[in-house]
Amino acid sequence: MSVPSSNDSILSVRGLTKVFYSGVFRRQATVAVKDVWFEMKPGTILSLIGESGSGKTTIGKLILKLIQPTSGQIIYKGTDIAHLKNKEQLRDYYRKVQGVFQDPFATFNPLYRVDRIFNMVYSSFGLDQGKKDEQVREVLESVNLDPDRTLGKFPHQLSGGQLQRLLIARTLLMDVDILIADELISMLDASTRIGILNLLVDICKSRGMSILFITHDLNLGYYISDYTLIMYKGRLVEKGDTKKIYENPVHPYTKMLFESVPDIHRKWDRSEEFLPEHVVQEVREFYAANEGRGFEDVEEEHTVLFSDR
Amino acid sequence: MIASFLKEHENLYYALTNKKVIVGLVLFLSIVLLALVGPMLTPYDYEGYAGMPYDPPSPNHWFGTTIMGRDVFTLTVYGLRSTLLVGFIAGTIATVVGCIIGFLAGYYGGSWFDEILMMITNIFVVIPQLALLIIISAFLKVRGIIVMSVIVSATAWPWTARAVRSQTLSLKNQEYVSLSRISALSVARILREDIASNMFSYVFMVFILQFNGTMLSTVQLEFLGLGPTRGVSLGLVMQDAVNWNAIQLGMWWWAIIPGLIITVMITSLYLVNTGLDAAFNPRLREA
Ligand SMILES: Nc1ncnc2c1ncn2[C@@H]1O[C@H](COP(=O)(O)OP(=O)(O)O)[C@@H](O)[C@H]1O
Ligand SMILES: [Mg+2]
Repeated sequence: MSVPSSNDSILSVRGLTKVFYSGVFRRQATVAVKDVWFEMKPGTILSLIGESGSGKTTIGKLILKLIQPTSGQIIYKGTDIAHLKNKEQLRDYYRKVQGVFQDPFATFNPLYRVDRIFNMVYSSFGLDQGKKDEQVREVLESVNLDPDRTLGKFPHQLSGGQLQRLLIARTLLMDVDILIADELISMLDASTRIGILNLLVDICKSRGMSILFITHDLNLGYYISDYTLIMYKGRLVEKGDTKKIYENPVHPYTKMLFESVPDIHRKWDRSEEFLPEHVVQEVREFYAANEGRGFEDVEEEHTVLFSDR
Repeated sequence: MIASFLKEHENLYYALTNKKVIVGLVLFLSIVLLALVGPMLTPYDYEGYAGMPYDPPSPNHWFGTTIMGRDVFTLTVYGLRSTLLVGFIAGTIATVVGCIIGFLAGYYGGSWFDEILMMITNIFVVIPQLALLIIISAFLKVRGIIVMSVIVSATAWPWTARAVRSQTLSLKNQEYVSLSRISALSVARILREDIASNMFSYVFMVFILQFNGTMLSTVQLEFLGLGPTRGVSLGLVMQDAVNWNAIQLGMWWWAIIPGLIITVMITSLYLVNTGLDAAFNPRLREA
């Protein structure tokens, strides 16, 4: 299978698997992510697409080292991040690898004013405290927030969209290599959406940042990304160049996604996420018909999982 | 200067302007004051004969006398001192030990470290307080308030450790803890700023329960003759009243007044707790 050549990638995910054990005696196992492989290159945006529960957030958390993989590796600049153990190594990692989480309301500790997220960055990463006020105002303006109306507020006094933009602003303060953006603009209205998307593309290209753009919205993925990863039930089922996948979807799940494309200007609605029974059936038949094939290139930079057996 | 101090410690400001906190603190401090100055106000000795037995409250005996003619006010204020002290020391030890172990076990939940801590906790759960006390009293002929506190708290902390562990487990899965982690905050800072602070009122409630519980188990031990080798306590006074059928004999003051004081004490701390809950939660503050 065509893993884009490893030398120019900044992060490679190899055979990543995560099983959650829960219940009494940890007997209940949930395979959230199974045998996932992909590469992230500087200055490119990779969109990770799949419906709710397909394991997207789990991949983001594994890369952010918030949870440990069951098996597989995440290699950042030649080092398996499982080996980053001490405080300094972790700090250096987080200086370069950052994320914005899915739920902005849950990402702020309700007891503190929102400014805390900036203060933490300055104190932890040894940024110049003297320039803090000026720099924070600058990044806030770049995400279209009025500093005077947001700084000093408690999280519950702001909207989800404002909180999400604060979190984006936070990552702009740092010079990051990799940004994990989990359902980043789900809380934003149409007018700010486009602004933020363009800002992300700008930063990605000008700073050579690599973005993992997690979404379940195909249109967004197409608009923003260079490469696309399609997830279905914890497995990567189709991946490659965005244009190629969009022009020629092969996996039945990907095809289904294209049949039910939502409108980019409509606000994100959780209730719309579902997996129709006929799709599950189609995928099963597709795998059965191609048994033994596994991952195969259908063209250059376009790979499909033909069967999971 | 005070203004700038309060600006920096705004939680303190909100706490001290909350009605429940004010009422609770006033009640609690009055009782503490009673324990501190009460013994200076009474001419009697708590062990000695103070006047006619069966006397209801009067100017000479504010809280009446017992069946033995002891002064109930004197018994109460001296008893209050040692009860408060044992409750405070044992409650503090149990709360601190329980919280530290619970925090650590919860933060490293599911790891071998967690398992070891929970194993130790479970061992302490099955040690009966009484057996521990009998063994210790075989070695220590004189038991003071400190020894009592340590014994009582040794068996009181495990439930706190378990409760705090599960609370920590749920708090650490909050997304804001993840944000602090990717902001490279130290474990100590995350525990303090994200977990402990959100648990403050919970921990305070734990302390009140521990204060309450350790006071009560002290009373039980005192009843079995395993209390401090010298002195009196609120529990002992009440136990005595019950043993002498004070209520049935019409001596309500002997049993009810000390009981009322314990009740007011617990209630006042409860008021402080609910008040602080509102003061420390920015969301509830505005309502
Ligand atoms: N901490 C966890 N414990 C147990 N199961 C989990 C946990 N986190 C996620 N899962 C499960 O893993 C699967 C993938 O979840 P997630 O990565 O959040 O999906 P997505 O982000 O694509 O919606 C789901 O079935 C979810 O229930
Ligand atoms: Mg998700």
